[in-house]
Amino acid sequence: MKFLVCISNVPDTTTKITFTPDNKEFNKAGVQFVINPWDEYALTRAIELKEAQGGTVTVLNVGEADTEPNIRKALAIGADDAIRVNAFPKDAFFVAQQIAAIAKEGSYDVILMGKESIDYNGFQVHGMVGELLGIPTVAPAMKLDMSGNTATLEREIEGGKEIVEVNAPFVASCQQPMCEPRIPNMRGIMTARTKPLKVVEPTGEGARTEVASYALPPAKQGVKLIPAENAGELIKLLRNEAKVI
Amino acid sequence: MSVLIVVECDGGEVKKSSLEVASYGSQVAQLLGTTATAVAVGEATEANLAKLGEQGVAKVLYDKEPRLKDFVNGAYTKLIATAAQQEDAKVIVLANSNIGAAVGSRLSVRLQASLATNVVELPKTEGGSFTVKRGAFSGKAFADVKLDGERKIIAVKKNSIEALHEAGKTAEVVSFSAQLTDADFADAPKQVVMQDQAGGILLPEADKVVSGGRGMKGPENWNLIEDLAQALGAATACSKPVSDVDWRPHHEHVGQTGITVSPNLYIACGISGAIQHLAGVNSSKVIVVINKDPEAPFFKAADYGIVGDVFDVLPKLTQAVKELS
Repeated sequence: MKFLVCISNVPDTTTKITFTPDNKEFNKAGVQFVINPWDEYALTRAIELKEAQGGTVTVLNVGEADTEPNIRKALAIGADDAIRVNAFPKDAFFVAQQIAAIAKEGSYDVILMGKESIDYNGFQVHGMVGELLGIPTVAPAMKLDMSGNTATLEREIEGGKEIVEVNAPFVASCQQPMCEPRIPNMRGIMTARTKPLKVVEPTGEGARTEVASYALPPAKQGVKLIPAENAGELIKLLRNEAKVI
Repeated sequence: MSVLIVVECDGGEVKKSSLEVASYGSQVAQLLGTTATAVAVGEATEANLAKLGEQGVAKVLYDKEPRLKDFVNGAYTKLIATAAQQEDAKVIVLANSNIGAAVGSRLSVRLQASLATNVVELPKTEGGSFTVKRGAFSGKAFADVKLDGERKIIAVKKNSIEALHEAGKTAEVVSFSAQLTDADFADAPKQVVMQDQAGGILLPEADKVVSGGRGMKGPENWNLIEDLAQALGAATACSKPVSDVDWRPHHEHVGQTGITVSPNLYIACGISGAIQHLAGVNSSKVIVVINKDPEAPFFKAADYGIVGDVFDVLPKLTQAVKELS
């Protein structure tokens, strides 16, 4: 089974978000970038399935050279090789085209990724890749088991889950509690240095959307404190002042 | 040329988020000087579909194929694409739900449309451009996104648009067939398992949420959260550490790597307010924080706060809610 795991490079979850003075771009200064937390579920589960049943795990990232430390981290966690499409990920459609092209060329059986990235929160790429390749998409998946060519997945729906069975090739986007994401060990870090990382140039059309500007949410007016002994007073304020109950 | 609205139905009823989507779509149609047609997916009754007139919908297309009761990505995508082509829809509006986002992304490729998810406001159409505001950075920011091309798909974030309600207006329900075949149902679910929801209110759809953190000290104390939630008609939720140690199920975890919620009222009990938790809840309209630590960072993001012991405060709040009704 050939697994293709798509990872994206995102600001660490503790990052305070700021933008460049023209509000056109995210301000990267002093920010640590990590593997998108949702993608870690996809990566770890692919490695677990490879260890149990054989196969290979290839990591794919669409990004400029500064994403390579996180690609190496994915290799240290246990992926076999990596591909970087040398381009700034302009929008979901642009990224999906790159993934679909690589997936087609390498005849990958299972394409996994996180359900969304924590920066752009598109929740789009998996469906676009599935449609571009004409194969099923299961999103978002909470569980993935494989038996031969057939996968059994649990898909989250509002208020419950569905059990879905699909044959490879397919695309799934992953979320908790699929597995316990792994962290690299020393041996992994050493071997990651020698694993192949191929850089390719982008293909396909440009983006279909463009961020005109970013903005921060309006600041809160300050908290109104209610003494604990008069806690019931809060409920009156929620009804009469905030009008939410 | 029209606006096509995708309405999700469950158990015969139109979902609350789809009433918001219908209202959004009708207003977009008005903005563009055209009409709004809806296409129904899921299990619907014609009477409930006709009531979409109250949200400004003129016509509802309804395919009675029984296998559409549960979500099937292949079939739903074909159904909506067929409706979009029939109606010559230039804008398609759906909910930013698990179904809406999964179908929307496939549709955007099939219809060569630009797509924006997580949208929180009506579009701006000055000077021929088409720009929507969407949440980004897990709720820590917003982005104005320009959608290119002739066709656009918009997935509307739950609770961000007020549902219109013009009593008595009805929509015409028209039967419709997308000529679905067995092949379109290849990814149909084998089984659907519903989870127990406290009070029957789904967290992603809820407009009030009572949430607990490690300050609750253990799962045995969750009755305090549930009592308040029940009195308010709210859904229950929890922070990540709580679901990590299995005090509560994963589907209740709100935050950056859990569910992002934007209810009218979010009550956080014994949650200190780590930046990852705030990211998932800070688009709530009103935030209430109850914590015994006055330095808890969550108080900075709150509208109302009580510095006190949750075990003492929660029963008082529940009592006060009961006295209201």
